[in-house]
Amino acid sequence: MCLGIPGEVIELHPEQSDLAKVNVSGVKRLINIGLLSDDPPKPGEWVLIHVGFALSKIDEAEAAAAMEFLEGIGQAYEDEIAALRGSLIE
Amino acid sequence: MTAGSGWIGEALREHDHGQRPENPDGRPSLPVTDREQQVLDRIDRARRRRPRVREERITMSHGAGGKATQTLIEAVFLDAFRNPLLEPLEDAAELRVPGPRDAPGTGTGTGAGARLALTTDSYVVSPLFFPGGNIGDLAVNGTVNDLSVSGATPMYLTAGFILEEGFPVADLIRLAASMRDAAAAACVSIVTGDTKVVQRGKADGCYINTAGVGVLAGDVSLGVAAARPGDAIIVSGPVGDHGITIMLARGELDIEADVVSDTAPLNGLVADLLAAVPGVRAMRDATRGGVATILNEIARAADVGVLVVEDDIPVRAEVRGACELLGIDPMYVACEGRMVAVVPGESAAAAVRALRAHPLGADAAVIGQVVADQPGMVRLKTSFGGTRIVDLLVGDPLPRIC
Amino acid sequence: MRFVDEFRDADKAHALAAKIAALCEPGRSYKFMEVCGGHTHTIYKHGLEDYLPEAITLVHGPGCPVCVIPMGRVDDAMHLAARPDVIMTSFGDMMRVPGSNGSFFDAKASGTDIRMVYSPLDSLKIARQNPDRQVVFMAIGFETTAPSTAMTMLRAAAEGISNFSVFCNHVTIVPAIKAILDSPDLRLDGFLGPGHVSTVIGCRPYEFIARDYHKPVVVAGFEPLDILQSIYMLLRQLAEGRSAVENQYSRVVPWNGNVVALKAIGETMELRPYFEWRGLGFISHSALRVREKYAAMDAERLFSVPGVRVADPKACQCGEVLKGVLKPWECKVFGTACTPETPIGTCMVSPEGACAAYYNYGRMNRDRVPEAASAGQS
Repeated sequence: MCLGIPGEVIELHPEQSDLAKVNVSGVKRLINIGLLSDDPPKPGEWVLIHVGFALSKIDEAEAAAAMEFLEGIGQAYEDEIAALRGSLIE
Repeated sequence: MTAGSGWIGEALREHDHGQRPENPDGRPSLPVTDREQQVLDRIDRARRRRPRVREERITMSHGAGGKATQTLIEAVFLDAFRNPLLEPLEDAAELRVPGPRDAPGTGTGTGAGARLALTTDSYVVSPLFFPGGNIGDLAVNGTVNDLSVSGATPMYLTAGFILEEGFPVADLIRLAASMRDAAAAACVSIVTGDTKVVQRGKADGCYINTAGVGVLAGDVSLGVAAARPGDAIIVSGPVGDHGITIMLARGELDIEADVVSDTAPLNGLVADLLAAVPGVRAMRDATRGGVATILNEIARAADVGVLVVEDDIPVRAEVRGACELLGIDPMYVACEGRMVAVVPGESAAAAVRALRAHPLGADAAVIGQVVADQPGMVRLKTSFGGTRIVDLLVGDPLPRIC
Repeated sequence: MRFVDEFRDADKAHALAAKIAALCEPGRSYKFMEVCGGHTHTIYKHGLEDYLPEAITLVHGPGCPVCVIPMGRVDDAMHLAARPDVIMTSFGDMMRVPGSNGSFFDAKASGTDIRMVYSPLDSLKIARQNPDRQVVFMAIGFETTAPSTAMTMLRAAAEGISNFSVFCNHVTIVPAIKAILDSPDLRLDGFLGPGHVSTVIGCRPYEFIARDYHKPVVVAGFEPLDILQSIYMLLRQLAEGRSAVENQYSRVVPWNGNVVALKAIGETMELRPYFEWRGLGFISHSALRVREKYAAMDAERLFSVPGVRVADPKACQCGEVLKGVLKPWECKVFGTACTPETPIGTCMVSPEGACAAYYNYGRMNRDRVPEAASAGQS
């Protein structure tokens, strides 16, 4: 039960506090943010959308950390490959 | 679905006969990968069997352009009407009309006969008016395109209308005006037609059928069966615009996006391509079922493999966003103004240049190749670098939540 | 697309493949279960197995909430839909699931009013627009989706809408995992934990797996790099002799879950004493039903359903596929009698079912990337 898509909150509904408009790659939809009532999202924040509801906020710091890890692995890999190539030059 | 016990039994027997002799301890003696290959072969054989329609009633899947549609066409219509002109099941049928000095049954042009392309299409889209056009535009452009991709110069169209009681005349006038303009843009004339009215509740306002006839030049002979390993596969622009526009225009999904239908007549674009690349093997109009359906048609008709690269397939950002949101693959979404061309590998660059020089082909791109391995199968190299199959869908791609 | 594209980057995939291969002990093979149907779908859709060495087998688990619905419940839903006063609303995933007498799709072809919706809120909208009809929402899904059903019910109650009800088939993931762990058929080395379910229930509910069964669990995201990274994290735990719950999907999954969502579920629903899962049999406290307080929105109370237990067709081996005992192509009817066009069981119908994913995406000769092909040779 899994299809969740990240979307950016563009604006909150002026009258209904549990609705917000999100942008997914240029596509806009009104979604229900009632499940985040403890810490409602603000325009500019990103949420995970599932069947018309925001299930969770996307933690940009955690996302950055995840990317750093992956980039780190990527860099280490590239370094290794370069070292490997370097060592083959005879 | 009450799957008739007959064919389940058949499948089980086939499975059992396919089993290799077992070891004394009961396990099959083959290594795992060979066993999997056996199953893949079995499936391949099953898929090549004679098509049969198992359902008792028509469902929406039969109209989606995928597997169910194909099975219906082959099992019901091809079976009933079978003749050599119908068999190729291309976008248009190629006819020879004998001239006054030809021997009967020929039409080689020496006796001033002609080679014609004939096609027909029905348009049942709802809503009738949508961003980028209306059912009238589709009715003209769609048929013009089927003729164009067959290599013919489109000339004359018929237009048959089935109107629902209560349909506003003002809307009909709008549709007719659109059709007039579309025909002018495509340089065709609508020369005959028909009108019927059915009771309120049927025909969704208006259904239109158009048939078209065009002239094939003496030396042009296109067909997907001619595709061969080394050929390049080109798409004339971003895919999925029309299908997503319609889905959103139906208003049920509450999604706003700046997408418009790509409906357009392709005859100018096609002419430019044929002039630049005389060796074009085939062209197809990408409509319902999307680009994926055409790729499968190529693989099947020519018994070749097709390998396409996800990163090379042009898709607009909004179409991609809507597809991600709904869990739909843009490769299966309908277009109405895009074509897929198969050209010899060495002509690919020239083909893309020719297409890009035309306003309707500005984003044309090579999306893949015809290959020799795994014939009959379409594979996709994903952005991620892995590979997967692109099979025909049974019916419409359904939005999913899982 | 932000938060999507960066996790589909091929270069990082190669790097991770090398790391994964390096962690594979020579001569050892690994079996990891990815519980979530969404993971199965991603793995096949992106051709992820090309990046994994042969030593690693991914086993597909019962995390497909459509796949686990027994035929009897599908028949009950069809019975509800067939009532002339009812408009049945359903997610696209359910439309082609076969019951004893066809699917929603077939029923629609025969004139039954069944409408596809993207959200339970769309179903509520239909109820507002059709006050003279009864609108039933076919509620499926794990804890990911239950909060949305719950919030919709609360909204309906707040607005005083009296013609909306829910046919509740929500199931919970932990009992299913436990049933797998207790099953003698499987020897698993670790789990890729459900991603979106965990945004609701958090990561704590999986601690028993690490603590009592000594298997590592990594809660995984749904992009291909997420899954590769999670496999890497599982291998690292095994190499270090640890078993713990780790959260790879931390950008979305809060360790403590979503309290508001859990409260909404708790307010409107309660656990059934037991529920039948296709292939796994009866599992206690594994599914939700509507609470007494909201009886007016419980389709099972409002309308009578046959409630008959229907055995799966004899040829169907969905149960074994769902438990991960059989690979899709090992099922006797896979690809011949059972195809996406002519599905016998739900594993083939649901878009995230293992059989459908394999048939539609994976049914080909595989070419592993060089990093993966060299595993176990250190």
